[in-house]
Amino acid sequence: MKFPVPHDVKAKTIPGTEGWERMYPYQYQFVTDDPVRNQYEKETFWFYDGLHYPEPLYPFDTIWDEAWFLALSQYNNRIFMVPPVRGVDHRMINGYVYISPVPVKNPEEIGSRVPHFMERAGHYYKNWDALEAKWKVKMEATIRELEALQIPRLADMEDLSVVTDAVGESKGYHLLKNYDDLINLGIKCWQYHFEFLNLGYAAYVFFLDFAQKLFPSIPAQRVTQMISGIDVIMYQPDEELKKLAKRAVELGVDQAVTFSKEWTDVEAALKKLPKGIEWLTSLNLSREPWFQVSTGTGWFHHDRSWNDQMNVPLSGIQTYIEKVKQGVNIERPTAKVRAERDRITAEYRGLIEKDEDRKQFDELLGCAKTVFPYVENHLFYVEHWFHSVFWNKMREVAAIMQEHGVIKDVDDVWLLRRDEIKQALWDIVTAWATGVTPRGTQTWPKEIEWRKGVMQKFKEWNAPPAIGTAPEVIQEPFTIVLWGVTNKSLADWASVQEVKDPETITELKGFAGSPGIIEGKARVCRTVSEVGQLQQGEILVAPTTSPSWAPAFAKIGACITDVGGVMSHAAIVCREYGMPAVVGTGHATKIIRTGMKLRVDGSTGAVTIAR
Amino acid sequence: MGGVAEAIGRTPADRMEAAPPVVCWFEDCRKESVPLVGGKCSSLGELINAGVRVPPGFALTTEGYRRFMTGTGMDHAVRAVLAGVDTQDLDALERASAQIRAAIEAQPFSVEMEDLVAECYRKLAVRCCMPALPVAVRSSATAEDLPGASFAGQQDTYLWIRGVDDVLSHMRRCISSLYTGRAIAYRAHRGFGDAEVAISVGVQKMANSFTAGVMFTIHPANGDRSVIVIDSNFGFGESVVAGEVTPDHFVVNKITLDIIDRRISQKELCYTVDPVTQKSRAMEVPFERQRVQSLIDDEITELAWMGKQIEKHYGCPMDIEWAVDKDLPAGGNIFILQARPETVWSAKSQSAVAAAGGSAMDYILSGMLAGKKVS
Repeated sequence: MKFPVPHDVKAKTIPGTEGWERMYPYQYQFVTDDPVRNQYEKETFWFYDGLHYPEPLYPFDTIWDEAWFLALSQYNNRIFMVPPVRGVDHRMINGYVYISPVPVKNPEEIGSRVPHFMERAGHYYKNWDALEAKWKVKMEATIRELEALQIPRLADMEDLSVVTDAVGESKGYHLLKNYDDLINLGIKCWQYHFEFLNLGYAAYVFFLDFAQKLFPSIPAQRVTQMISGIDVIMYQPDEELKKLAKRAVELGVDQAVTFSKEWTDVEAALKKLPKGIEWLTSLNLSREPWFQVSTGTGWFHHDRSWNDQMNVPLSGIQTYIEKVKQGVNIERPTAKVRAERDRITAEYRGLIEKDEDRKQFDELLGCAKTVFPYVENHLFYVEHWFHSVFWNKMREVAAIMQEHGVIKDVDDVWLLRRDEIKQALWDIVTAWATGVTPRGTQTWPKEIEWRKGVMQKFKEWNAPPAIGTAPEVIQEPFTIVLWGVTNKSLADWASVQEVKDPETITELKGFAGSPGIIEGKARVCRTVSEVGQLQQGEILVAPTTSPSWAPAFAKIGACITDVGGVMSHAAIVCREYGMPAVVGTGHATKIIRTGMKLRVDGSTGAVTIAR
Repeated sequence: MGGVAEAIGRTPADRMEAAPPVVCWFEDCRKESVPLVGGKCSSLGELINAGVRVPPGFALTTEGYRRFMTGTGMDHAVRAVLAGVDTQDLDALERASAQIRAAIEAQPFSVEMEDLVAECYRKLAVRCCMPALPVAVRSSATAEDLPGASFAGQQDTYLWIRGVDDVLSHMRRCISSLYTGRAIAYRAHRGFGDAEVAISVGVQKMANSFTAGVMFTIHPANGDRSVIVIDSNFGFGESVVAGEVTPDHFVVNKITLDIIDRRISQKELCYTVDPVTQKSRAMEVPFERQRVQSLIDDEITELAWMGKQIEKHYGCPMDIEWAVDKDLPAGGNIFILQARPETVWSAKSQSAVAAAGGSAMDYILSGMLAGKKVS
């Protein structure tokens, strides 16, 4: 299958964005001046990573892309020696990230990697639980270190203690150093992110693969259902909200908690009540770390946490209070989910005819169940907890840059690359030390204004889902499970090239995320702050969902997302709640409007719009 | 059944141990009843006793067949015709077959046998609250390795037969199907005497099918045991069985009963009853209905559930014929007309999917090395 040539796509520069390449690392560019690299890029299959990046990347946010570019690749290729694959290569066009798994082509080399892989990956699989416990310690220590990191303001006169304690270092130096520390902690955290993830996904992919070989028609969601009902901390933020709702009713402060949508009003009212103060104490216990959950995926600077936007968890608590007072059970139907999981597993297992296949099934299922908690839990630690703290530390850096006139607004900082920020900090500290004006005060604001215009144009651009030349075989586990690159998705991507008039589309196709069929009214929520508008039984249509969206699931009848596979948050939660989900539709939020009548078939992945 | 014993001339003393009946209700048959009522009727009895909804009916047993052949002297007549035939000469064989079949079809049953069949037919009509009850008359062969049996079984089904005289004459047509040219040749080739073969005939209440078809409890294309595949068309199932239309096609997950795939085709013809002649015939499906789904989702789910129960009862993948009756209310209108073990995939010995070694790591490695084909 042939897709557009990357260099042709890139050559059609959007007018007014000429020179955009300087906003991103140079190695991300498709090139024409290097024949060898150019040939490689043409012969390679690149697909748009819409799973992670529904929008073009801001220059600073590229940090996590580089972080996983390094981490995923090194674990595949240099640490575990996955025999047939190296890493995943990255490029960028107009702010959109394109990726490609790199195969090991020489069969001899593949063979020589096998024993290493068996030894190294085998060590992790064998000692999974013990190593995962160690991981948690490392991860928590990293987050503590991040939380303790100071971003110092530059005083006109350094404190006397610098002299009396003979510190020997200035705040200017600390600012430079701590900015580096901040970035390094972020990169380290992503090193840990992938320590288990490649192997975890591999275990999951090959359990899926085995089940599909035994039962060619088995839907992927049935396979994931066999590993559902395992407790993961991803649910904990939502559990905290339920706990707080029940606590509010118990203490009789539910009225005070529900009288306003504004957290500041509610907090003030509670402080006047003795029982209210008791409830606030419970709340504060829940906030660290559970309210560090991001309201988005956590990948972007604009994904704020519950702690940053207390109205969001407040709305969730209010929903649950209402339910508790109506006598509705708000607990997740875990027992039911587990019973259904066990029934399904036993029935499929009962259809396996050969003893060795049944044994293999048990082995792979056991392995998938072992890795499942990590595959889910790492998200809370990295993308939510760590990132939420990280973004706020970066805002402190930005505030200093603003104070020194290098940027006009705190949010301007995201338009700079992290190495440009480092340069600007050098400019600031040297000017501060010297008592002159930073040169950047004249250059950066202009550049930032221009970049804002570029970003706007990038957002309006339609990124082709795939470019380059499709391979015959894909061996990289992430590519298969996470991005769902299959024959079918390639064909779908090829057909997306000729999008019909969105006003006339009556059917959308996505991945069958959670089974069941339901009809109802659509409610499009582009961000989690809009879930308050959801009415009971409506069908939630969202770009993607994350743990902070959890309270929404108590109200809705089904969920549709633009981005995500069968292991995405929306699919997992819908399976837990036993409601239909169609995920990864590509553009549901662009086509569906609030109030439309929809039919959601979570068993086939079809959404029908009644027009 | 005093009447049976009388009819076959046994004394009351030995009635208890060995008096095979001439007719037999389906519900008195089990899967072990093949020598008495043939494969088709014994499987219907087995299904009824397993609690599956099957239209009621009765069988003329192999004992009835023998009584017919010997009591009327037909056995001698057949032997006489066959004695001079060269079984290598296909034309001669066909001529002999035609002569035998005409003779059988023209030969009335004895009065006693007619009475026994008529009594069963009357009781069946009373049970179904319908005078001159429309029935399906089908041959039910005893010897599964006889090709005569299998193609007789496929071809000798007479639909929408009403009144005892028509029932009797179609029973004889089923009996005569034992003497097709091909069946005679096969028996001669395999050295079976014609006296050793027997046939049973089933008389079953006709489902007034709105929709009918076949169902496999295994994917016929890939052997996947976790699905149930249903093909359906309007009217009687004959159009689907004979492959005269491209039926609607549904794939149902056997474990969850979700419909995971569906293909609605253009169905140009169906078999149904001509309201004037009261005969089954092929009719054009009205244009506006040709692309309408012939089986609704709730029926698909219920049918698949029934298929799952039948498979569980037999312990192997099954090949099932079914119908949805248009005269009965939903929830009680889906009937199983036939169920037999699936033979194609069951006969294949499939290789294991598991990796050598059998550990999770072994499989992951072999899977990685194989990769995933995408184009």
